[in-house]
Parts: sequence; C-alpha cells; structure tokens
Amino acid sequence: MVRQEMPTQPAAERVKNFNEVALGYTSEQAVTEAKRCLQCKKPRCMKGCPVEIDIPGFIAKIAKEDFLGAIKHIKQKNSLPAICGRVCPQETQCEQLCVLGKKSEPIAIGRLERFVADYEVQQGNIEIPKITSRLNKKVAVVGSGPSGLTVASDLAKLGYNVTVFEALHKSGGVLSYGIPEFRLPKSIVDREVEYIQKLGVEIRKNFVVGRLMTVDELLDDSYKAIYLANGAGLPKFLNIPGENLIGVYSANEFLTRVNLMKAYLFPDHDTPVKIGKRVAVFGGGNVAMDSARVAKRLGAEEVYIVYRRSKEEMPARKEESEHAEEEGIIFKFLTNPVEIIGDEEGKVAALKSIAMELGEPDESGRRRPIPIKDSEFVIEMDTVVVAIGQGANPLVGSTTKNLKISDRGYIIADEEEGQTSRKEIFAGGDIVTGAATVISAMGAGRKAAIGIDKYLKNRS
Amino acid sequence: MAYKIMEKEELSSDVKLLKVKAPLVAKKALAGQFIILRIDESGERIPLTMAQTDKEQGLVTIIFQEVGKTTNQLGALEIGDEILDFVGPLGKPTHVEHLGTVICVGGGIGVAPIYPIASAFHKKGSNLISIIGARTKKLLILEKEMKEISDQLYVTTDDGSYGFHGFVTEMLQKLIDDGLTIDMVMAIGPVPMMQAVCKLTKSYNLKTMVSLNPIMIDGTGMCGGCRVSVGGKTQFACVDGPEFDGHLVDFVELRKRQGTFRNQENKSTKKYDQECRLKSKL
Ligand SMILES: Cc1cc2nc3c(=O)[nH]c(=O)nc-3n(C[C@H](O)[C@H](O)[C@H](O)COP(=O)(O)OP(=O)(O)OC[C@H]3O[C@@H](n4cnc5c(N)ncnc54)[C@H](O)[C@@H]3O)c2cc1C
Ligand SMILES: Cc1cc2nc3c(=O)[nH]c(=O)nc-3n(C[C@H](O)[C@H](O)[C@H](O)COP(=O)(O)OP(=O)(O)OC[C@H]3O[C@@H](n4cnc5c(N)ncnc54)[C@H](O)[C@@H]3O)c2cc1C
Ligand code: SF4
Ligand code: SF4
Ligand code: FES
Repeated sequence: MVRQEMPTQPAAERVKNFNEVALGYTSEQAVTEAKRCLQCKKPRCMKGCPVEIDIPGFIAKIAKEDFLGAIKHIKQKNSLPAICGRVCPQETQCEQLCVLGKKSEPIAIGRLERFVADYEVQQGNIEIPKITSRLNKKVAVVGSGPSGLTVASDLAKLGYNVTVFEALHKSGGVLSYGIPEFRLPKSIVDREVEYIQKLGVEIRKNFVVGRLMTVDELLDDSYKAIYLANGAGLPKFLNIPGENLIGVYSANEFLTRVNLMKAYLFPDHDTPVKIGKRVAVFGGGNVAMDSARVAKRLGAEEVYIVYRRSKEEMPARKEESEHAEEEGIIFKFLTNPVEIIGDEEGKVAALKSIAMELGEPDESGRRRPIPIKDSEFVIEMDTVVVAIGQGANPLVGSTTKNLKISDRGYIIADEEEGQTSRKEIFAGGDIVTGAATVISAMGAGRKAAIGIDKYLKNRS
Repeated sequence: MAYKIMEKEELSSDVKLLKVKAPLVAKKALAGQFIILRIDESGERIPLTMAQTDKEQGLVTIIFQEVGKTTNQLGALEIGDEILDFVGPLGKPTHVEHLGTVICVGGGIGVAPIYPIASAFHKKGSNLISIIGARTKKLLILEKEMKEISDQLYVTTDDGSYGFHGFVTEMLQKLIDDGLTIDMVMAIGPVPMMQAVCKLTKSYNLKTMVSLNPIMIDGTGMCGGCRVSVGGKTQFACVDGPEFDGHLVDFVELRKRQGTFRNQENKSTKKYDQECRLKSKL
C-alpha cells in the first residue's frame, strides 16, 4: 500500500490567497494510512520525536476509527498537536526513522497527528484535563512561543500557578509572527493558546522582560522559578553594501508585517508592506521559503531564492521547498549576494551576486561554498528579504545578573532539565540552541517542566 | 487588559496630549524612553515618547502630532476610551549626569520628547538652556513647562510670529558666538533640523546627542526595521537607541528610509478621512 497523498490547494489558485495550502486528510484517508502502520514492538519512529509521542499507540486508535481516543493519547505528550502535525520537519524526525521508510514510504505520522487534532476541534468539545493538585507556587515563563507554552501547560497540569510574559501583543512566538497563515492558520495557534489558558495559565502580553521588569525583579516578586523561552529573535544581515536601502527587509520584519500585523489585508489593517515586481530572498531554510511564498502571494512577479549552497544542503522542510517550487519560486543555487545596488532615491535597483562551488565539508558537515573567481553577475531587483538566520536577542540575558551566556549570546542551560548557571532560572528553545524547530523547543519545555518541578519540590 | 485614557488636551491644532493609565509602565519609565501602542485589532504599532509619567497615579503622558492614519485616530479618542496595546518602557534611557551647561534643542513636535530629558538634566543640577522652535506661534507646544525647568529658555518661530525670528540653529549659533561654554547639546525634532544642528555643532566639536525616529514595529530588536547607520555601523534604534551621537548619524539614509511606505500611508490616511466624513454625515 502506498502513502496517502495530502490534498492541497492547486498551486495556481493558492498563490492568489493566504488560505492554507495543505488541506488535510479525510477520515477515509486517515484510516487507510493508519492501517499501513506495522505497530512495531520496538517502534523506531518514537526515537525521532523529541516529545516521545506514543506513535503506534495513537495510530492504532485511528485505524480503529477512535479519533478522539487518538488525540487524547497524543495530548498526554504534546499539547500542540495541530501545530506539530503541520510544521514538524517529519522527514528528519519521526518519519525518517519509520521502518517502512527503508523499503517504501514511511507512515505519514505528522498528517495523522494533524488529522486527529483537527477532528477534535470539529467535534467541538475539547477536553480539558482536571487539575487535581494545587501547589500554590508561582512560576514565571518568559516568551509565549512553543517552548514557553509547553512548559506552562506541563507545569499547570502539575498544579503550579504559571504566568507567561510576552513582549508582543499576541501569543505564539514564531508561530504567530513568523510562520505564515497559509502554512499554519492563526486560528489554530489561537486555539492551542486558548487551551493552555483554560489549564489556568495566565498570559500577560505587552510585557517586555528586561525593560518592564527584569528576571531578578520577577523572582523577587514572588515567582519561585523562571523559565526563559524568549527565542532567537535577532535578525542577521549579511553586512554587504546596500543592506539599508529602501526595499530591503529582514525576514523577521517582512513576515511580522504580513503575519502578525496582517499587512496582506492592507488597508483594512493599517500596517503596510511594499513589494516590488522582482524579489530576492537570501537563504535556504524555512524562513526563506516562507518569505518567498509570501512575496509571491503579495503579487510579486518573479521571486528568487538566492542560496549559496546546492539543493541538497537546503535546510528547509522538504514539503515547503517542493511547494515553493510548484508555486513558481525561482531557485538560484550556489549563488551568494555580494552587493545590493540602489537608485538615486535610495531604493533597491539590482542585486549583484557571485557564483559558488562546493568544497570540503565544514563544521556543520555540509560542503563549504567557495566563490568562483570573476563570476559576479547582476540581476534587476526591487525588493530583498534577508533570511539567513536569527541570533540571540540580548535583552533578557544581559539584564539578568550572573546568568551564563555563550560567546554567541545564547543562554547556557543543562541539556537534560534546562537549568542555567542560576539554579532558579531555567531556559530552553531557540534562546539556548539557536534557531531550531518547534518540536525541539517544545521538547526542551517538556524537560524543563520536570526539572522545575524537581527543583521546587526539593527546595520545599 | 486595555489602557484607558484618563486625560486629554489639545496643545495646538494638530498636536494632542493624552494621559494613559499604565501603572507598571509609568513606574519603570525613565527619560528618553518610549512606548509602542496599537489602538485596536486592525491597528498599526506606532512608537511615541513618554513626555511625562506620573508614578503615583500610574499615568503615562504622550504628546503626538496628527500626521497620518494612526495619529489622527488616536487624536479622535476621548477620555474613557481605551487603547488595546501599550507596551514599554522601550529603548535605552538617556544617560543623564550632572554637566556644566546642557543645551536642549526641540523643534516642532520634538519639544515633547525633549521635555522629559531636559527635566532630568535640570534635576541633576545642570545649567539647562533650552531652545524650542516651531514654524509659527500657533504650533508651539510646552512653552510653559519648558520655561519652568530651564535656566534660560529661547523660543524661535520660522515666520517670526513669536519669539526669535528664525530657526533653532540660528539661536544656537548666537549662543555659541556669545562664547558660552557648552558641555553637551541634545537635539530632537524633524530629521532636517537634527541634521542642521549636528552640522553646526560638529564645526565646534560640541558633543551632540539626537533621538532618532525611524519606522518601528516591535521595538524589542526583533525585526530590524528600525536600523540606522551610526558611524558606519548598523544599529537598531529601538534597542541600541533611540539616542545616538549626532555627529555619527547618517541622516540622509534615515530620511529616505522614513519615506519607505509613503504611498501606502497616504492611501491609508485618505481612506480614514473618507470613513470619518461618512460617519459624520450619518
Ligand atoms: C519564518 C519561520 C518559519 C519556521 N518554520 C518552521 C517549521 O516549519 N517547522 C519547525 O519546526 N520550525 C520552524 N521554525 C522555527 C521555530 O518556529 C522555532 O524554532 C520555534 O518557534 C522556537 O520556539 P521558542 O519557544 O524557543 O521561541 P519563539 O517562538 O521565538 O518565541 C519566543 C517568544 O518570546 C518572546 N520574547 C522575546 N523576548 C522577550 C522579552 N524580553 N520579554 C517577553 N517576551 C519576549 C517573543 O516575542 C516570542 O513570542 C520557523 C521559524 C521561522 C522564523
Ligand atoms: C522612538 C520614537 C519616538 C517618537 N515619539 C513621538 C512623539 O513623542 N510624538 C510624535 O508626534 N511622534 C513621535 N514619533 C513619530 C511617530 O511614531 C509617527 O509620527 C507615527 O508613527 C505616525 O503614524 P501615522 O499612522 O499617524 O502616520 P503615517 O501616515 O503612517 O506616517 C507618517 C510618517 O510617520 C512615520 N511613521 C509611520 N509609521 C511609523 C512607525 N510604525 N514607527 C515610526 N514612525 C512611523 C513615517 O516616517 C511616516 O512617513 C516617534 C517615533 C519614534 C521612532
Ligand atoms: S510531534 Fe512532530 S516529531 Fe513528534 S510525532 Fe508529531 S510530527 Fe513527529
Ligand atoms: S516505525 Fe513506522 S511502522 Fe513502525 S510503529 Fe512507527 S510508524 Fe508504525
Ligand atoms: S523596531 Fe523592530 S528591531 Fe527595532
């Protein structure tokens, strides 16, 4: 039996709207796909899931058409299943390890997870677990991205009083401001956030930790422990000439305008975004794919992904780069931008790049791109989006006393339980690992909840 | 939690003052810092300096010029109305120390942000000389307040309708010519004004700080939209600033970047005006 295809909006249609691209399995498809699972005694797939979902367990329930049972089973381990089912890079995680992948195609674990999560919502009654013990102890969480939301929900279930402090006016972190509507509808993020609030977690928005209150002030204030999940929200630039021209955005700015501020609905929403006819996006990760596909939907005629390595090295989820290709995004591999050329008004006019070739592998294990001499070329361009990665925002780390920070600005935390150089402060997600994945940020939150619980129980 | 408007005042035909209930922000605010607000669900995030804070009452004063959609909409709000989002304090506070003589130069709406900074220098016991200017008398704001805290206050108007006839820079030039020993100049106002002040003070090697107002979104260093070139290096005004050494700022770039969305802004303002007219007809 073959893997069930995911129904999608046709490419020609979807580049004209911001509606979700992948439409989700029907019940029949889900059951058919679930029946392919071998129900391995030693399920390899689970090793690939950072939050250790009992994958064969929930799939068995789908096969028996017990969809609500399946979602309940998943939620024991993962409070954001509708999100993970959509955005996890399954091909390098759970699905990569599925035994079926050796001979044919792995089980579509993510799609099944998404299916039951969506099914539950359509049923209307989302079950809120009863919280049996109240500990009357306050824990603070900085940042409402996936890592912060996970630690908050786990601690709330254990009976802690949890407050999440969020700098923006909306919860969700990258899920809200970064990942576009057509890949992760914001109603789903809102729904998951609501679920966590129903567990008793308080979310205080418009609260910039490090400015309004420091971590130390929060700890003095009555919080017994704190979890830092402020993400890797510092846009990197290439530092090439012309990067401050009009029409050059960091991916964070571009995506924040469009996703968080809904610039695609301008002027009904007040935040503008300007997009030209020809757009170049620097980078080859999810952020670059999202930026390119957003640009296309905003009406750009030609959108280029300019990536200095080759297709094989692209870190984006496979599904996203395939979708981008279908949507007519033009890939310029082995190409490195060297200068953005402006006109008299200070607007982007053209992009100068150099061709690259691959040399020996570098510390990341990928082959190092090397410029080919005298191979510079210029393409006309009017918009540039720089999506080459994020670094650590220093605001929280630098305002917290005696907190150990790495050379690159990331908070140093124990890998097992997230404890930092200060025992009452825990940290996890992108602010510890650097830009990574939703599920790894959640995994860190899960482990830290255990760590924080242990720490607070030992203390009392 | 929404943020309630407790007081409102019209300072000139298009400049309004609002006192907003935001106790935590008021408690933490320092001179030179700003807030970002968003009026409603479809609103834009815009930065405004905290012109004053009342820690006891928990109030933050904002003073703004109605230049486009959001500031006009804000100006139309009344006492008792609420602002959906109001986040701060943002930006680095002014480095305030006791100095011999400080000159604070405020142009147009720039008087609003310079007021708390001037107050802070005054409180530190520095000799504070202020120059405030406007295009015409009607547009002059905070004269009384500035007078109270300044050791000397000079007022200029471009058209001579009040005070010294000329630009703030001409007044500054006069003070320099008079042989005054000046330790620092702080200038806030429209970019051309700050640029002119810096050009003047540079030739006398007078340390000059300016507060920059590029387009911002988050105000936490996340988007990079507020980047400015200072001394050839890219800085994020919302977290590295908003104050910078004026002699190092690339004002030309700043001015160009401020105009990035001009077409869209005009469209948005026009739409808002039409909607207002429609409403007033009903
Ligand atoms: C465009 C884009 C696409 C992506 N696509 C995928 C994908 O398809 N699959 C995948 O697995 N991963 C993807 N990622 C990566 C993934 O989103 C991140 O790894 C993940 O969100 C990290 O979670 P986090 O909780 O550590 O931080 P974040 O999600 O970054 O959340 C941090 C939160 O902390 C808040 N904060 C920051 N500073 C403060 C402060 N001082 N005070 C209070 N709050 C603060 C921020 O506003 C934010 O809400 C993508 C990332 C981007 C940018
Ligand atoms: C740190 C800082 C402090 C400021 N303090 C004050 C103040 O105390 N009083 C005051 O009147 N003004 C202040 N401003 C300027 C104020 O933010 C803009 O006037 C306002 O955003 C205009 O919005 P609008 O929708 O009414 O006008 P629009 O028609 O949208 O824009 C008019 C012009 O305002 C600027 N602008 C637009 N959107 C933004 C934005 N999101 N961020 C920054 N600038 C923008 C642009 O240069 C634009 O051309 C400050 C700006 C900054 C960066
Ligand atoms: S959470 Fe992600 S990694 Fe884990 S099973 Fe689901 S899709 Fe796979
Ligand atoms: S490895 Fe694949 S076949 Fe085996 S249990 Fe996991 S999903 Fe099913
Ligand atoms: S406003 Fe986004 S980084 Fe400054």
